[in-house]
Formats: sequence, structure tokens, C-alpha cells
Amino acid sequence: MATILIVDDSASMRQMVEFTLKEAGHQVMVAEDGVMALNLAKGAASDLVITDINMPNMDGITLIRELRALPAYKFTPILTLTTESTTDKKMEGKEAGATGWIVKPFNPEKLLATVSKVLG
Amino acid sequence: MATKSTDLATLSAHLKREVTATAEGLQYLTFILAGESYGIDILKVQEIRGWVPVTKVPNAPFFVRGVMNLRGAIVPVIDLRLRFGLESVEYTKTTVVIVVTVRSEHNDRIIGMVVDGVSDVLNINNPADIKDPPDFGTAVHTEFISGLVTIEAGMVMLLDVDRLLSIEEMFAMESVRPAEAMHAAA
Amino acid sequence: MAIDIGQFVQTFFEESLEGLDIMETGLLALPPGAAADLDQVNTIFRAVHSIKGGSGTFGFKEVTSFTHVMETLLDKMREGQMAVTSEAINTLLQSVDCLRDMLMAVRNNTEFDAPRVEELRKQLAQMLDQKVSAPSAAHWRTPAAQPPPVSADGWLISFRPHLDLMHSGNDPVRIFRELAALGDLTVRPDFSRLPRLAEMQPEDCYLAWDLELRGSATRETVAEVFAWVEDDSDLSIEPLLEDLTALGSVEPEVANDNAQQGELLLDRRAGDRRKTDRRAVGGGADSSSIRVGIDKVDAVINLVGELVTTQSMLSALGVDFDMSRIDKLHEALDQLDRNTRDLQEHVMRIRMLPISSVFSRFPRMVHDISEKLGKQVELQLSGEQTEIDKTVIEKIGDPLVHLVRNSLDHGIEPPDQRGEKPATGIITLNAYHKSGSIFIEVGDDGRGLNREALLRKGLDAGLLRPGEDYTDDQIHELIFHPGLSTAKEISDVSGRGVGMDVVRRNIQDVGGSIQIASQPGRGSKITICLPLTLAILDGQLVSVGHDCYIIPLLSIVESVQIHAEMVNRVAGKGEVLRFRGQHLPILRLYEQFCADGAVTNLEKGLLVVVEADGRQVGLFVDDLQGQQQISIKSLEKNFRRVAGVAGATILGDGRVGLILDISGLIRVNNAAT
Repeated sequence: MATILIVDDSASMRQMVEFTLKEAGHQVMVAEDGVMALNLAKGAASDLVITDINMPNMDGITLIRELRALPAYKFTPILTLTTESTTDKKMEGKEAGATGWIVKPFNPEKLLATVSKVLG
Repeated sequence: MATKSTDLATLSAHLKREVTATAEGLQYLTFILAGESYGIDILKVQEIRGWVPVTKVPNAPFFVRGVMNLRGAIVPVIDLRLRFGLESVEYTKTTVVIVVTVRSEHNDRIIGMVVDGVSDVLNINNPADIKDPPDFGTAVHTEFISGLVTIEAGMVMLLDVDRLLSIEEMFAMESVRPAEAMHAAA
Repeated sequence: MAIDIGQFVQTFFEESLEGLDIMETGLLALPPGAAADLDQVNTIFRAVHSIKGGSGTFGFKEVTSFTHVMETLLDKMREGQMAVTSEAINTLLQSVDCLRDMLMAVRNNTEFDAPRVEELRKQLAQMLDQKVSAPSAAHWRTPAAQPPPVSADGWLISFRPHLDLMHSGNDPVRIFRELAALGDLTVRPDFSRLPRLAEMQPEDCYLAWDLELRGSATRETVAEVFAWVEDDSDLSIEPLLEDLTALGSVEPEVANDNAQQGELLLDRRAGDRRKTDRRAVGGGADSSSIRVGIDKVDAVINLVGELVTTQSMLSALGVDFDMSRIDKLHEALDQLDRNTRDLQEHVMRIRMLPISSVFSRFPRMVHDISEKLGKQVELQLSGEQTEIDKTVIEKIGDPLVHLVRNSLDHGIEPPDQRGEKPATGIITLNAYHKSGSIFIEVGDDGRGLNREALLRKGLDAGLLRPGEDYTDDQIHELIFHPGLSTAKEISDVSGRGVGMDVVRRNIQDVGGSIQIASQPGRGSKITICLPLTLAILDGQLVSVGHDCYIIPLLSIVESVQIHAEMVNRVAGKGEVLRFRGQHLPILRLYEQFCADGAVTNLEKGLLVVVEADGRQVGLFVDDLQGQQQISIKSLEKNFRRVAGVAGATILGDGRVGLILDISGLIRVNNAAT
């Protein structure tokens, strides 16, 4: 079981990811945007961060940079959720320090496969 | 039927059981007021509670003791002695509030009435046992009495709760003695 | 694990509809022609982007493909590659409507207007480069052809991570573990890059690896394992042939693998979508739901926390209870009582929604209708955060729409008929709490009611008697009468003779009332008063004798201590306090409410100065208690309306507290003096 931080401004996405991960026995923290996520991250470490890119207040790219500046999140795997299958969004995330990405749309099975791959 | 000092919990439990158990026959909850026995249709009774102080309501008829919190609903509490024009007494440990549903033209209201004490549940298997109320000779205005039943221990007056506790009627008759009554009651 | 994502479809619809509202508001606020406000366009973009993402996940392909075109267009605006023209805004607004219909249709499992969708898609595409729009549609519709699988006996992988590999959260061990799941893995570390211990940075990755994977995994599968690190490392994947000496000869079909890999990924997505397609069907349950502010949920969670504490306290007491601990038991039970009540109250509060959810539909409506009528109208909203019970919110929408339409149609004049007034008319929507009620005002600065026309109609209909004097109010009242409409011609915006009477009935159905004030040439204002049952207000608790009353915080001006020399008895006016140059009437609450044991000496109590309807009065109380949020409960439900009392609430100790009706008290005071 791992603690996973989910960041997405879309409630349905959040619910789906949260539900899926909880069903798989993980502990889940949920944030609606980068600012909220950063606050959560400052209060608690997590084993994995899954974040949307395009969000109000603080976008995913900025969030990743901010997270990497936190000692507790220096090596934490961070995956971006992105609808853009184009490489530039993935790469933008990678450059900011993301570990990898999950391309939307995805289904619960694929999400869990990716998560367990990262968590080992 | 003698007045027993039945404890509330037993009676309340009994109430529920009885109501669900018998479909035939009429059942009345009997209570005591100034030494007389009265009965009300058990289907009208929601619950029986011990007396707790209530919040006074300004500008209300003197027999309205105030309002109480019934699981978040605001429920008026009426002193039945005052309603009947009887002498008021100190409330004691046996003083109870019978919470009833009062049906009116527009809606159903929940109202609490303070009585000296509850007695028991009276089963009337034969409706013919209920006699018409007399025109005179009772302490209570006969218009609120729907019938009389004679039992071993004496007589039980069956009350028409919908009439008796009709808010419209209570405010219409409004022999309000506001200030004095409120002070006296408190 | 099989997880049914259908259960989240409802949320998707709700947030998408909200997203559409955001888009609409955003689009209406975009000034055409001007350089686009990046933030604003970005907000609109994000909304459509989210809908596209969600619709993809839940398998609503038509929605995905339609939003894709909108998204592309907005992206171009965002990047400054496209001008924000009023044509573009209008097309996008129409697309918002179209998308809303599509979503509704998908939710209700009905057909949507496909030709309209196609038409709009074409219009949007025309605005875009054909280059951008055409392939994008294809992209979502035709999965790439299945390429032949590429395979070998196994693979030889040279993996030489860059020093900073770990900084991205990647971990070689994880990659190896994943590879090991694909077949027989042999790992040979290469230490050649290791520096001297003193120079070593513990966070850097100095090792490199040669890996041998035996098994039937395709090259693509192997490459995918490295997908996240291919830019952070030097990587080569070579086929492993049984004859190891043949290493170096590359099989022809592998040469072109990058493109194939891309296609494969795309195809997998298409497959995933097909799967989700079926799941999503039937998920469109019709249950209504509300979105609740996180603070309200947090409050409930906190209360549950307290409840749990109390429960464990009681459990602990129950383990070895004896009568010596009866006080503790009572204490715990009191606490339980309080917890339960607080919880109940806060759960009720969840039902309260700001009226902004009703108001938000009006900017668009006013924009569209005023355009249609050739009028210039500015809509001014205020008090959007006023909270109302959800059931009232649901009932108030239609009447308000009707009133605003009336103002647009009959109230506001065309620009050339507005005389000295500015050419742009103003419609105001305002909501506020007062005297235990919620007031909603719909005002306009238009032509006002036509008194003569109303009078004539009233006489014709036999509602008024000729030769009698009628006040303006009596005549204005006529517009609420069934069958009376003064509109000169019937328009499709409003006015078919049904209307104001229906509005009034709807308002009355939720226990409210409606009034109109109008001045010829200056405009009209309609005020709706709704009961606040279930609503919340901030209250100041005051004690009067043994009783406790609640004064709405909003009506309190200040509290003052009284000195006897400040008080005058004015003949016919009762007591007044000389205070800041004015004479403030004193209302002794204990007299008003016949309270026992109250402080009667003015110097020993407090005067709470309250204001309502522009008048002030001083309420004399014993003392101030705490302030708290009060959930208003009806006295009328089981009892009746009580003069001077706006409602009741349950106090912290479980007793009932009465909420004062300040404007009612002031009226009573005026009548008495």
C-alpha cells in the first residue's frame, strides 16, 4: 500500500483515479489544483504523485518544479496526466522533473498497471 | 383500571408494540389530569417524554408553555390543565409531555401536551362500549370530548385531539391573559 | 480488478455542464477585437479541455471530437495566432449550446442534433487552418492499422542513464523489475563511470547496465518500459540472436520502429476507448446532486471526529462503570447530545447554495435577448453569495427568468427612445438577507409601468370601479392578475398574457411574496421575498432574564452601555436615548416578551442598537452572549407566526432560541409610540 497524491481540476477524473487507487488498497490524497497539492505535499510525504497539467491557480508543470524543490519530494515519482499525446507536453513535464506520464483517456486497469509499475 | 406509576420507557415500548400488533379494536393512551382519566387515540401519539423546561414564546395564549426541541423540530407545548381552565400545579417527576400529531385543514402539526401522568393503554374491542359524552357535568368543555368509556376503576373521557389542540381554535378563543399567565406559569 | 467507471459519469456530466457555464461567462466577457486577455482565454480553454479529457475517458467519442475542434481554436486564440472576433465568440457560444445539448442527449441516452453538430464543426474548422482541423478528426476516428509484431529470441539492451536520472523520480531498479516480468533477465552493471568516493554525489547515477532479456516480448514492449527515461539516458535495444556472435546485424523490420511504436500507442488508446464505451452506457443515472464547498464538508468531518471521540469516551466509561462516575457519564452524554445536534445542523447547511447558481444564467440570456431586440443592456449582479436552501433555488429560477425577460422586453427601451438616460439600459439582480427572509430584487431603468394602460385594462376587466381613486400600488398590483398583460404586441420574448400571475403563484408556492415598485420613465423594481426556513444567518445571542434570544448580526449597529442621564422619557414616545445627536427609542425586550428575572435597571444592562428599513432602535437586554451561525427553523410549521419573532433555532444546550424579527419589532415600536 502506498500513499498517492492525485491532482486534477476535473472532479470526475479525480473521483475515478481516487476510487481506482483506493480499491487497489492505496491511501489517497486529493487536490484540485497545484496550490492545494503543494500545501498537501508540504504537510505529508507521498510515494507517488499523479498530476494533471492544465489546471487553474497553479498548473502541473509549475507544481512539479515546486515539488522537486521540497526535500521530501526530491525523488518521489511524479506522473503527469495529459490529454495531449503530442510529445511536447510530455517533454515539458519531464523537463520540469516528472518521472513519466499517463495519457488520457485511460481506464482503471491501465492506471493501476502504470502505478504498480512505478511503485514496484 | 388503576393508575400505575408506569415508567416511561416501558410504556413507550409498549406503545410501539401495541400499535403495530393490533389492527382491530381501538386503543387509547390514558392519562391523568386533576384526578380524572382521559384517553387519546393511540395512533395520534408520537412519543411520551419527561417534562423539561421549554422556551417561552411571547404573545401566545397563556396555556402555551413554550416551544421545545424535538430532534431539531420546534414543537409547541401546551399545558392541558391550563387549556381546560383547571388550576395549574407544580410540575413533578411524573409530569410528562405527550407528543401528538394534530391534523388540521392545512397540515399536520406536532404538539406536546403536559399532563399529570400517563396511566396505561386502554383496549376497546367493542366500539359500542364508547358512549356519547354528556352535555354537562364534566370539567372539560364537552366539545373536546368524543366519547366516554366506563371501566372498572371509573370513567375515561376520550378526547378529540384535533379539536382540542387546533392552533387556529386556540388562538381564536384566545382568552389571553398574557403577562400574568406567563409569569404564573414560569 | 474490474472497476466500473460508469459511476463517475454523473460527475462528469455535472462538471461538464459547469464547465460550459464557465465557458459561456468567459466568452461573454471577452471583448471582441481587442487583444485577447490570456487568462480569460486560458480559463475557457481549460474548461473545454477538461470536457474533452473526460469525454475521452468515458467514451463519448462525438463529444471528444467536437470539443477537440473547439479546443484547437481556443488554443490558437491563446497562442495569439487567431484574433478574437465577435464572429468567433458567437460561433463558440453556439458551440457551447450545442455541446450542452450533446451532453444532455448522451446523458439521457437520446439522439442529438447531428447535422447541427456537423455544421458547427465545419464553421469552427473553417475558422481554423484546414490543416489543423482535418487530420484531428481523423486522428480520433480511425485507429492506425495494426503493424506486424516485432520479435526475436530476446533483446540486448544497453542502458546508460545520464547522471541526473534519479532526479526525475525514475529508478533503474524499477525498470529492471518491469523487464524481469517480461522474461528472463540478466543484469550486468558497468562500473566504468564510477568516480572516486570523494567525488561521488550520492544523488547521481554513475552506473550503467547491459541487460539481456530472453523471452517473447516484442521490441515495442521493451521500448515502452524505457519510454519515460529515453531522454534521460543513452539507450539501445538490439535483438538477441541465439548465435551471440551474430550480434550487430539488425533485422530489417526493426529499423523503422519509432513510427510504429507511436502508432501502436495510439491504437492501444483506441482499444481502451472501445472498452470504456460499453461501461459508460447506462451510467447516466438521473439522480440530482449538489456540489458542496470543501469548508462545509470539513466542518462535518470535524464534527464526526468529535463524535468519534465522544463515542470512545462513552465506551471507556462503560467498561467498568460504577455510580461514582455518574457525573462523567452525564458529561459524556451531554457532549454526545451536542455533537449529534451540531452534526445535524451542519448537514442541513450542506443543502444551502449561493444564489449565484441561479444568477449565472442571466448574463448569457441578457446578451442574447438584448441582441435579438436591438437593445443595449448591461446586467449588474450583486449578492450572488447569498445562501438559499437548495429546494428554494430550484423553484426560483423560472420566475426570475420571466422577470428578467419582462424587463428586457417591456422595461428597457430601444436606445433611441431612452431620452436623456444613457443609451445602455441597466438591469439589476440583487439578493440579500433581511428580517429572516431572503429578498431578491429585479430592477431596470426602463420606461416603468404604464399606469394609464393598466388602469384602463383594470376597468375593462371589471377589476376596478370607474370614478374611484386608486393608489399606484393598487394599480401596479394589477400586473399580477391573470390575463392582464400590457405589452402592445406579443413578442416571443415575453408577454402572452400568462406571466406575472404564474410568477406570483410560483413564488407563493415556496411561501414567498412579490411586490412591484415603478416610476414612469425611471424604471421598475420587483422585490421577491422568500422565507428563510432552513437558511443560515450569523446571530448574536443575548440574554433577557432566563431566556436567550438571537439578533441577526447583520442588523446590529453597535452595543452601548447606558447612563441614566442619557435617557429621556418623551411624552407619547416612550423612552429615548440621547445618543450621537439623535434620539434613539429604547425597546425593553423583557417587557415586549414578558421575560422573568430580567435586568430592569437600564444602567445594569446593555442596549443593542439595531437597524432595519432605515430606522434604528435600541433593544435593551441583560447581556450579550456568544455569536454563532444559526440555522433558522420554522415556528409556523407546528405552531404559528409570532409577532417580533422571525423564527427559532436550536441553541448549543439543546433548548430552543427565538430569533428576533428586527423590522417587525421596529414596526411594533412605531405603532405603539
